[in-house]
Amino acid sequence: MTARKIDPHAIDGKFPAPTTRYAVVVIGAGEAGCAAAVAAAQGGASVLLVDENPVSGSAIGNDVPWFFGARATTAVGNSGRMIETVFTNMPWLEAAIEAGVELQLGVCAWGVYRNGPLVGSLPGQVVGLADAERSWLVGFDRLVLATGARDLALPFPGWNQPGVMGAAALRMLVERYEAFAGRRLVILGSHDLGLETALLAHAKGLEVVAVLEVRGAPQGDPALLDQVKAAGIAIQCGVHPVEVQGGIDGVERLVLSDGSTLTCDSVVLAIGLVPMIELHDALNGARTFDPMRGGHIPQPDGAISAVGLCAGLPDTGFDHAAYRFDWLGALGGACGGDTIVCQCEEMTLADLTGVQPPRYLDRPPALQQRSLKTLLADGPANQDQIKRLTRTGMGQCQGRRCRDAVAMILAVESGTELSALPLATHRAPVRPLPLRIIADWEESEEMRTGWDVWMGIPTQWVPYADIGTPYEEENRRVLGGAMAL
Amino acid sequence: MSAQRIVVVGAGASGLSAAWWLARAGASVTVLDKGLVGWEASGRNGGGCSHYQSPLFKEEQRLWPQMDELLGYPTEFSPERIVMAVTPRQLEQYHYIAQMNNRLGHRVDLLDASQVREAVPLAGDNCLGGIHYRFGGHANPHRTVQAYAWALQDLGGRIVQHSPVTGFQTAGGKVTAVESTSGTYECDAVAIAAGPQTGALAVQLGIDLPLAAARAEMIVTEPAPMMKLGGVDGNGLYGRQTLRGNLAYGGGPHEWVEFGELGPATKPSTPLTRNLARRLAELLPGAAHLNVIRSWAGVIEMTPDGRPVIDRRENVTLCTMSGVGFGLSPASGHAISDLVLNGRCSFTDIDKLGLSRFDGIEADWREQRGWLAL
Repeated sequence: MTARKIDPHAIDGKFPAPTTRYAVVVIGAGEAGCAAAVAAAQGGASVLLVDENPVSGSAIGNDVPWFFGARATTAVGNSGRMIETVFTNMPWLEAAIEAGVELQLGVCAWGVYRNGPLVGSLPGQVVGLADAERSWLVGFDRLVLATGARDLALPFPGWNQPGVMGAAALRMLVERYEAFAGRRLVILGSHDLGLETALLAHAKGLEVVAVLEVRGAPQGDPALLDQVKAAGIAIQCGVHPVEVQGGIDGVERLVLSDGSTLTCDSVVLAIGLVPMIELHDALNGARTFDPMRGGHIPQPDGAISAVGLCAGLPDTGFDHAAYRFDWLGALGGACGGDTIVCQCEEMTLADLTGVQPPRYLDRPPALQQRSLKTLLADGPANQDQIKRLTRTGMGQCQGRRCRDAVAMILAVESGTELSALPLATHRAPVRPLPLRIIADWEESEEMRTGWDVWMGIPTQWVPYADIGTPYEEENRRVLGGAMAL
Repeated sequence: MSAQRIVVVGAGASGLSAAWWLARAGASVTVLDKGLVGWEASGRNGGGCSHYQSPLFKEEQRLWPQMDELLGYPTEFSPERIVMAVTPRQLEQYHYIAQMNNRLGHRVDLLDASQVREAVPLAGDNCLGGIHYRFGGHANPHRTVQAYAWALQDLGGRIVQHSPVTGFQTAGGKVTAVESTSGTYECDAVAIAAGPQTGALAVQLGIDLPLAAARAEMIVTEPAPMMKLGGVDGNGLYGRQTLRGNLAYGGGPHEWVEFGELGPATKPSTPLTRNLARRLAELLPGAAHLNVIRSWAGVIEMTPDGRPVIDRRENVTLCTMSGVGFGLSPASGHAISDLVLNGRCSFTDIDKLGLSRFDGIEADWREQRGWLAL
């Protein structure tokens, strides 16, 4: 049998095996991830446990991965001190260290890769990791995702001002980073998340001006509600914000639908949490939509499993999806066409529903006639298509701030169930990473020498007039068969 | 005489452009696609419009500066390109490409390192020089395919998405109707420009069109300060700075792939992201601090010699651009339209793109080239 011929410019054999590998890699060192790591280590496995906290100041500025709303103090810029603070505030990690788990803080996971449909070139299953200095790949037998849940943000007038933020971000800044810059909070949402957020803020000595509830009555667990009342925190029901008013430092006042105004420096969206399934989805892992558990959640997928909130919020019989649409309806009613939906790309609600391009392009008359309505006449709503045309969700926050709201708006506008709307794709790297950090500065010799700008087929780029002339051979000789470069 | 009824299979750049040209010529056009408009390679490529190797080059160059006006929708076309070298070998190759183009009458200027740095503020001390194409340029792929689709609709053409073709009805060797999951469409002629699926569709009509499919990858960064000229690449990369400022680049090893007749269900990217990032950081050191925010992959089809096929058998016109279709689409659509309506290309000789060059090709042509999926 003769050896299989290999195209020198194809990927075959160019990815080296990762230099480190573990039986189990756990992404996220919250309590669920830590417990999974400890259990695996106690079973004798080699275990790596990584956590992206403390995330960098620039990630916080981009609201990655939580909706920080520019309310972190400058302390987050001191990464050495931050790592100590974060470690101190994750006391459960002691158990992992005792169990022999290798623990790495300040390390994010930005991609998971394995062979499957359309990919056969990988040296086994690998996860891409990065810290503030470099990126690397680690091999694994089993991967446990414990990435938690991120904030659901919904647009309303002024939500793009500093000080409008998410409940998960607040909890991180208060509990783990000790770096929250706000003092007077209004909290949106009275389900468990809102009540827990109010109690946390109160316990940390922050002033909770009010908890606002769009529905007619508080939504959360009665025991939590009693605690909130006992703390003297006001819950206003049947009311929602219509505008944030502010100055150079962001939020100063919140105007409500009943005409009243609350003075505050931060508005905390505690309407919902979204399981962080980016890694799973970027791998095209199987998932389901469960309105009781916060939306799209991963299904067990061979060697990859999920624990904690990223596997879905606890099902308490509360329909999170319906609740979120109630808030979207109320806040959306306060929006004008000029309300920003995508902060990164500065696209408005009118731009989105008009399927208009960003302002650096002209909008000729024919284009102005186009809209979501005309696009829906051509086929079912697709958020990825809308993303590419309007750029909503295409910015440096990687769509975290607006992707869920845009999906909900598309569902409403198209009369589609949110569960039936194709999930806008997640793509690696699922965390923004500088070129110099994600770059492979130690790439294989095979990669270096086999590189070609495009396909490496010697005849492809020969000018048509030169085909069959001596220039064809000259082209092949000088360019080395293609444009190997 | 009533309008000719034409069915175009494939709503990518080539098929939509062909449909638009056919509608402009007065035909009654229906475009069928298995999925969404421009959803495969046509909407996810580097956007280059500078294909000096092609017989369609002059038409490509004539049309791009007019496309926004002709279509009525923006394509983000921006003229000219700079290719910069960071190794002596690259500089030698680029100089050869410049000399070759100048011999053929396409103006390319040589730039020394300081001239490149003047034109490309993100370039670094490692730049050794470059070349400046005084033609060509780049456009936004997805915006352009949607522009074709909308312009076609404005002319009365019809696009049926999510409607894969399931068969053909023929009479006397000619296709009389195209069957799809959304129904049967009677026609006087058909054009097939269905990317990797073109070969399997051609086989149903007894036509052998040898094709192999490969997966290729790109990355994009957050926006960088706008450069005077966004069409900057080199160092083994193709790509551009978009009008938003993002740096979108691809290149490097491809992977030969296999999939079913409905096309690839998923288009995963790989850790090649890291190698692309390295090349881009070397090319534009001034951008090395910028965040990569996405990677993606696309699937393209290749003929055995990497050159397109644009040819007609009976009333069937076939087109594969062999992985270099987007930039040439204004011209390839014109050529396809000419073949459908008149049997020959009106504006240039494309005889060497004929199908007969593969007559008698060995059954194991993919094995011979190492083009088998892993």
